[in-house]
Amino acid sequence: MTAEFVIQLLAQGTQMFMVLLVAPLAVGVVRRVKALLMRRQGAPLLQGYRDLSKLLHKESVVADSASWLFRAAPSLIFALTWVAAALVPSFASGLMFNWAADVVALVALLGAARALLALAGMDVGTSFGGLGSSREMMIATLAEPAMMLIVLTLALAAGTTRLAGVADFFIAEPLAVRVSLALSLIALIIVALAENARIPVDNPTTHLELTMVHEAMILEYSGRHLALIEAASYLKLVLYLSLLICLFAPFGMAPATAGLGGWAIGLVAWVAKLLFGAALLGVWEVSIAKMRVFRLPNFVGVAFVFGFLAILLAFLSRGVVE
Amino acid sequence: MIHETYQFVVLIPYAAALLLVALPGYRTGAIVNVVASGLTFAAGLWLVGGERTVGHYAIVDEFNIVFIAINTLVGFTTSIFSASYIGHEIETGRLPPNFVRFYHAMFQAMMGSMNVALVANNIGVMWVGLEIATLITVVMVGLYRTPQSIEAAWKYFILASVGISLAFFGTILIYLAGQPALGEGVPAMTWSLLEAAAAKMDPAILDLAFIFLLIGYGTKVGLAPLHAWLPDAHAEGPTPISAVLSGLLLNVALYALLRFKMVIAGQPAALDPGPVMITMGLVSLIFAAFMLYQRRDIKRLFAYSSIEHMGLIVFAFGMGGPLANFAGLLHMAMHSLTKSGIFFAVGHIAQAKGTQRIAEITGLSETHPRLAVAFALAVLAICGMPPFGVFASEFLILTTTFAREPWLALLPAFGLLVAFGALLMRLQGTIFGEPTGAAHPVKASFVPIIMHLLLVLTAGIYLPAALVAWFRRAAELLG
Amino acid sequence: MNEVYDISHLLAGVMLVTSFALLYQERIASVLNAFAAQSITLALAVAWAAWSQDRPDLFITALIALTLKGIIIPVALHRTVTRLGIHREVEKVVGVGIALMVGLALTGLAQALLMKVAHGPLSYASEQLALALAIILLGFLMMIVRRNAVTQVVGFMSMENGLILAATGARGMPLVVEVSVAFSVLIALFVFAVFVFRIRERFDTIDIEALDRMRGDRR
Repeated sequence: MTAEFVIQLLAQGTQMFMVLLVAPLAVGVVRRVKALLMRRQGAPLLQGYRDLSKLLHKESVVADSASWLFRAAPSLIFALTWVAAALVPSFASGLMFNWAADVVALVALLGAARALLALAGMDVGTSFGGLGSSREMMIATLAEPAMMLIVLTLALAAGTTRLAGVADFFIAEPLAVRVSLALSLIALIIVALAENARIPVDNPTTHLELTMVHEAMILEYSGRHLALIEAASYLKLVLYLSLLICLFAPFGMAPATAGLGGWAIGLVAWVAKLLFGAALLGVWEVSIAKMRVFRLPNFVGVAFVFGFLAILLAFLSRGVVE
Repeated sequence: MIHETYQFVVLIPYAAALLLVALPGYRTGAIVNVVASGLTFAAGLWLVGGERTVGHYAIVDEFNIVFIAINTLVGFTTSIFSASYIGHEIETGRLPPNFVRFYHAMFQAMMGSMNVALVANNIGVMWVGLEIATLITVVMVGLYRTPQSIEAAWKYFILASVGISLAFFGTILIYLAGQPALGEGVPAMTWSLLEAAAAKMDPAILDLAFIFLLIGYGTKVGLAPLHAWLPDAHAEGPTPISAVLSGLLLNVALYALLRFKMVIAGQPAALDPGPVMITMGLVSLIFAAFMLYQRRDIKRLFAYSSIEHMGLIVFAFGMGGPLANFAGLLHMAMHSLTKSGIFFAVGHIAQAKGTQRIAEITGLSETHPRLAVAFALAVLAICGMPPFGVFASEFLILTTTFAREPWLALLPAFGLLVAFGALLMRLQGTIFGEPTGAAHPVKASFVPIIMHLLLVLTAGIYLPAALVAWFRRAAELLG
Repeated sequence: MNEVYDISHLLAGVMLVTSFALLYQERIASVLNAFAAQSITLALAVAWAAWSQDRPDLFITALIALTLKGIIIPVALHRTVTRLGIHREVEKVVGVGIALMVGLALTGLAQALLMKVAHGPLSYASEQLALALAIILLGFLMMIVRRNAVTQVVGFMSMENGLILAATGARGMPLVVEVSVAFSVLIALFVFAVFVFRIRERFDTIDIEALDRMRGDRR
């Protein structure tokens, strides 16, 4: 075991630890910004941590009709999301797991987590769970192809589907003004909003049966199960924010060869960008209204349209570049 | 700079349009309209007799002079017809007098714009002229302000705008194709230079450009899949406008298409426009021929007949070669004269019977014998009955086709027979039988109808050698 | 040189996105806003072309696009729509999803057509032309799949935006300014026509309108 290996391991460990550590804070920032803009007092920034610890200390009530899947799902979902979040290059691009940080793998991990959640939602057999699951799947059928199209566009530009490679490409190349990239950015933002159950797709703070999607699926969970699922959703938010940062605002990110100093800078930059992104999300959520569920396919469809356009344009501008 | 003859065919109508806007009273307006159209016709004749020039701004060669001659002639006769037609419309109160001032000014502006499109030596200017003419007809179709006419105008506007923009896009592409050889700016949009430099152009761009131009200008020619505006526009507008649409505007659009064909023919590596035009022409011809059977509105009936004949003309030009081109040009001239003559008659018939529904127009031979005879003769002419000129040109088209592609000749012959049956059936119903419904007296002006019929008849019996030589030279230019 | 093309392509791409936005919107007010955004982007694109191709006359076109189509017409149509009140919801022939999919297919078609000529003299202009053609085709689509006259006119104007974009993409093409001026006059005419005809419709449906007036809560 060489020293370098240990350092690498430490760096990767730091990332895994950091995403977990920052996630509740990021959610806290979103809520805080929203509260401030609505001129409410709002919960303290650290409320996310308190919620999680409270839930962890509580007894978990499980319905009689629940199967083993219902109990196993929260841990699995949390694990899958955590791994996915750890794969996205956050403060440095040359990390240990980066060889596996393929965008396709990312989509697959998140898809598996989503499938588990939808199954768990239906498991107890309440009407809300099934309703939430079906809506989630409706969104997913549109969001996932859009995500794959975005991935393809980026892969065409960078020549690889490895996130670290893509990030390296964007660090090295001065970000060219490319229509296809701008389009895929918008598409990715829409997908991120849909995937994270954010306004206008879903409202994370409501339990109104007409509109809820994500909350409907997890309505039956309590105690530590709920804590795990909540933590997974926090992680997912961090994941998507990191993804956007690493693809479209990679400045400050340490390249593979950077030493501890570079990593430290990268870490600070990443946390700052992440919190800034969370604040932006808060502003966005306050300034826009929740969409009717029937409009959702159109909205998420826009991501698909933009992803498709991005691919088309990427092909066309390649013809020009050559 | 007034010494150039071509300027008169453009300037007279525009000056008249300005004058007509200022003139009150529809009677003086109508007279000025006729006088201005007559002067334009005289200028057109002068141009025919004058020398052929290719200038910076204008081109007058054997080919477009044919179109200019037909254009100014039919414009003149239509203005005579329009005077009596509009007079009747005002008396019956269908048109308020202040609309008529607008109508006359627009008529002249439209004639001027068509002439601009015909003489311009620039693909952009030609486009502008044709589009202004088209959009004026859109406004004219909606002139009566009935819900139907507004709907027809709106439909026409939408489809015309499709044509407008695709044609413009094609024009841009032609400019881009010409740019490497001719440099940036005006030269790459000049007809004469483009035709000369065609061999140096990129064939792929020319192909693409031709597709856009064919769809764009083809919409205006009324070729089959893009014809939907044509029957509505003909049926709902004032009849003089229907006559001008069928007799002239379709021709001007066809002129644009043929000019571009001449450019593209200069580049052997590019797509051959011939087969495409043959196909579109045949589809229009046969489709329209069958559609004739189901028409209930008399103006719609003849609108479809226009589609049919434009199809035949495009088919002839698609065949190419001096003889087929000659036949195409001749047929175009004959069709313009005959079809506008028919619309003159139809306009008066519709006024006499107070309806355009074919079923309600019966027994004209009893109530309006003179009108019935004129109408019958005109319809027989358009059916291709000898000794009228349409027969001669159709015969020529079929025989040249038969000489080159015997099997291909069967299709247009079939289409013409189908159309013949439909028109004859309708003609019989309207002329003979018990007269029903209203029978208002109309002050019909027979001069334009008789003039057109006489011209068509003369052409059928005897074509002057000078005319044949002229048309032959024009046909040769087409290649 | 590359920045010049990158920026003009970016602006053209934004215009294409606004074309999709036109198809996507369900309210006439939002349609008008999207159209205004498209026209302003067009103004920027034309101004950029004027600056980069050193053709000051194009600034006139840019100015017309900005003032007439970016501000005056959208505002006028907004007022018309609000005044008439009855047509705020876009009347559709097909749903938004299908329209968007057809729009994608048309964009693909535009690209495929121009990819074939993306060599030789057209290699640089082709991307802008492809985008412009896509905008033109989407304008048609808008005219076909929307029933309301206001939205159809917006479709027409958006198509015309595409034409101007295409014309500025062709280096040194003459007549662009003249054509854009002519188009603007035409558009003004048709916007006026819409105004007039809508008022006619208001009288045609006098029953409902009378009821509205009796209720006395309108404007």
